[in-house]
Amino acid sequence: MKRLILALALAIAAPAAAVLPDEMLPDAAQEQRARMISKDLRCVVCQNQSIDDSDAPLARDLRVLVREQIRLGKTDAEVRDYVVARYGNFVLLKPPVEGDTLLLWAGPFAVLLLGGVAMILWQRRRPAATPDSAPLTDAERAELDRLAGPAD
Amino acid sequence: MLAEIGHYALILSLLVALAQAVLPMAGALRGDAALMAFGRSAAVLQALLITISFGCLMILFGKADFSVALVANHSALSQPLPYRLAATWGNHEGSMLLWVLVLAIYGAGIARFGDNLRETLQARILSVQAMISVAFLAFALFTSNPFARLVPAPLDGAELNPLLQDPGLVFHPPLLYLGYVGFSVTFSFAVAALLEGRADPAWARWMRPWVLAAWVPLTCGITLGSFWAYYELGWGGWWFWDPVENASFMPWLIGTALLHSAIVTEKRGSLAGWTILLAILAFSLSLIGTFLVRSGILTSVHAFAVDPERGVFILAMIIGATGTALAMFAARAPMLKSGALFGTVSRESGLTVNNLLLMALTAVVFLGTFYPVIMEAVSPANKISVGPPYYNLVFVPLSAPLLVLVTIGPMLAWKRDDLGVVAKKLIVPTLLVAAGLAAMVVWLGTAQVVAALGLALGAWLVLGAALVLARRWRGAAGFSWRLVRTTPAATIGLALAHAGLGFTTAGIAAMSSFAAEKILVMRPGDVATAGPLSVTLQRAEEVDGANYRALRAHFRVSQNGSQRALVSERRIYTVSGNQTTEAGIGVSIAGNQYVAIGDVQQDARGQGLVVRIYWHPLVGWIWFGGLLMAMGGAASLADRRFRIGAPQVRQSPTARPLAPALVPAE
Repeated sequence: MKRLILALALAIAAPAAAVLPDEMLPDAAQEQRARMISKDLRCVVCQNQSIDDSDAPLARDLRVLVREQIRLGKTDAEVRDYVVARYGNFVLLKPPVEGDTLLLWAGPFAVLLLGGVAMILWQRRRPAATPDSAPLTDAERAELDRLAGPAD
Repeated sequence: MLAEIGHYALILSLLVALAQAVLPMAGALRGDAALMAFGRSAAVLQALLITISFGCLMILFGKADFSVALVANHSALSQPLPYRLAATWGNHEGSMLLWVLVLAIYGAGIARFGDNLRETLQARILSVQAMISVAFLAFALFTSNPFARLVPAPLDGAELNPLLQDPGLVFHPPLLYLGYVGFSVTFSFAVAALLEGRADPAWARWMRPWVLAAWVPLTCGITLGSFWAYYELGWGGWWFWDPVENASFMPWLIGTALLHSAIVTEKRGSLAGWTILLAILAFSLSLIGTFLVRSGILTSVHAFAVDPERGVFILAMIIGATGTALAMFAARAPMLKSGALFGTVSRESGLTVNNLLLMALTAVVFLGTFYPVIMEAVSPANKISVGPPYYNLVFVPLSAPLLVLVTIGPMLAWKRDDLGVVAKKLIVPTLLVAAGLAAMVVWLGTAQVVAALGLALGAWLVLGAALVLARRWRGAAGFSWRLVRTTPAATIGLALAHAGLGFTTAGIAAMSSFAAEKILVMRPGDVATAGPLSVTLQRAEEVDGANYRALRAHFRVSQNGSQRALVSERRIYTVSGNQTTEAGIGVSIAGNQYVAIGDVQQDARGQGLVVRIYWHPLVGWIWFGGLLMAMGGAASLADRRFRIGAPQVRQSPTARPLAPALVPAE
C-alpha cells in the first residue's frame, strides 16, 4: 500500500526538472539545436525560467512545439519567429534591439561612456600643472632611487 | 507569555530608537557631551531589547508554540529542531525581526568600537542609524507583527517549504542581511559626513572597516546562495540571474566599488564626494533588494512574502532615505575639499576606472532587473523579458576589461606612474598568460577561444595576486622572511581577494564551455556516459526519512579509472505534499559529477527512471573563489591600521622637495 501511495504521488506531482527523455528528438544534432533555442525562450507562466529549465506543463508544450518545427526542417530563426508570432516578444529572454529597448541595451555602455567623459573633464578642469606634465629623466630617476631607495 | 515579552521588548526598542534618533544629533549640534554619550548607551540598550525579542521568537519556535500565528504557519512538529529554529527567519515577519536585530547590533558596534571616532561624528552616525531603526521597527510592529496570537491554537502547524529545510537556509539569509544592513552603517557615515560638511582621510579610515564588515558577509551570503541553488534546486545551475539574486548582487557590486574608492579617500584624500555617493547607493540598493523580495513586484522562487502593501511601505522608506541623502549630497558636495592631485596613469586613476566599470556592471544588472517592470507599466501591450542571454551578451564584455585591470591596478604607484615601468613589472605574468592562452587555443581549437580567454583571465588574476606578494617579499636585498612576516594584513587581503576572483573566473569559463550532460531513462544495470563520466544505475529503493518519504537510487560513477558511489533521492514531504530532488554529487578539484533522478517514465524498452547526469568541470572553483574573496576581506579587516588611531593630518611633507637637484631642469 505504501509503495502504491508513493508511486501515485510521484506520478501525480509535477516532474522535478525540465527536458524529459520522451520529448527528445532522435537526431542528436537536431536535439542540440532544440536545446539551444529552448534556452532563449521564456516559460511564459513561470518566473524567470527558460522553457529548457522549467517543469511547467506549458513549457513542455513549447518544447514539443519547438521540436516539431525543427523536425519540419525550419531554421533556428524561423522557429524563433514562429514562437514569437504566437507569444510576442515576451517569450524572448533576450529582447530584440528596438526603440523600446534601446536604453536596456545601450544603457550600461552609456554609463561607461558618460562616466569616462566626466572623469576626463574632471581631470582636465583641475589645475593645469598636473605633476606628470614633465616626466622624470633617467638621471633624475636614478638620483631619486639613490636618495629614497627603490619604489617598493 | 513569551510572545508578549517579545512584543513588549520590540515596542520598547522602538521608543529607545526614537530617542536615539533625536538626542545625540542635538548633542552634536550643541556640543553637549552628555547627550552624545546617551546615544552610545541607547544603541547598546536597543540592541539588547531586540535581542530579547528575537530570542523570545526563537524559543517559541523551539517550543513549537502554535498559539503564535507565525509559528503555526511556518513550522510543524515533524520538522527537526534545527530547522524549526531556522524557521524563525524563514518567513517575512521573522526575517524583518532579524533585519532590525542586525541593524541594532551594528549600531551597538559603532557605540562600542567607535572610541577613536570624532565624538560629534559618532553621535551623528548613531542618530542616523536610529532613524533607519525607527522606520524598520515601525514597519515590523505595524505591518508585520511576528508575535500575533492565533485563537484557537492548532494541534500541529503548517510546514516550512521543504526546499528551505536545508543547512543552506540556516546561514544564507542571515549572511545576506549582515551585508545589506551593514551598508546602513556606511550610509550613516556618509550622511553624518554630509551633515558635518567634512569627509577627510580620517573619516574614510574609520568607515573602511565597516564597508568590509558588510562586504565580507554579503560575499559569503551570495556564494552560499549560489552553492545552495546548485545542490538543492535539482539541475545544477549555479547562477540564474533571478531578480532576487540580482538584488543581492547589485549592493555587492556597488559595495566593491565603495571598498576601492574609500581606499583612495583614505590614502590620498581624493574622491571623497564619490565615496559618499557610493555609500548612499550601496544602502539604497540594499533597500531595493529588500523591496524586491517583500513586495512581490518580481515574484520568484525566493519570494516567501507576497504582499504589495508592505512593498509600498518599503518603497516609501527607499525614497525617503535615498532622496534625503541625495538632496543633502547635492547641497553639500561642493563644500567637500577635493584632495591631492593625481596623474592620468596612477593608482588613483586605476581605481577610478575600476569604479566606472563596476558602475556600468551595476547598470547592466539594474536595467536587466527593472526594465521589464518599467516596460510593463509604460506599455503593457509590449511586455518584454530579460534573461541570461541578455546578461551573457552585456555583462561579460563589460567585466572582461575590469578583470584585466585588477592585476594591473596594484602595480600602479600612487599619484603618478609611467606605463613603461608598469609593463616591466608585469612582464612575467603577461608572458606566462600569453603562452598559456596560445597553448590552449592550439589544444582546444579556435571554437573554444572564449573559454580559453576566460581561463587565461583567471590565470592572469591569480598570477597578479601572487606577484603582489612576491614583490612585497623580495626587497632590495632579495627575499627575506622579515618582509614576509611584516606583510600588512591588508596586502594579504588584496592578494587573497584578487586570486579568489581569478578562481571564480576560471570556474565560470570552464562551466560555460566544457560542461556535459545526458538525460535519459535508465533501469537497474543500465550504463550511460556523459562527457568523461560513465554512470551505472545499480538499484532503486523506497526509504522513510524524518518527515518525508523518498525514492532512492544508487549509482556507480567511473571517471579516468576511479570509481565512486553516488545516491540521488526524490523526496515527498508528508505534511505539505511538496517534492524535492536530492542530487548525488561527487566532488573533486577537477569538477563535480552530478546525478539526479526524476520520475518513472516509459520508453521503447518499458518503464524506467528518468536520470540526469552532468559533468561540471571546475564548478567548485566558483565558490572557492567567493570564499577566498571573503577571506581576503576578513584579512583586510584584521589590519592593525584600523585599530590604532586615525592618521594625523600631516602638513603635506610631499610638497617639500627631496633635494634641490631634483627640480626638473626646464
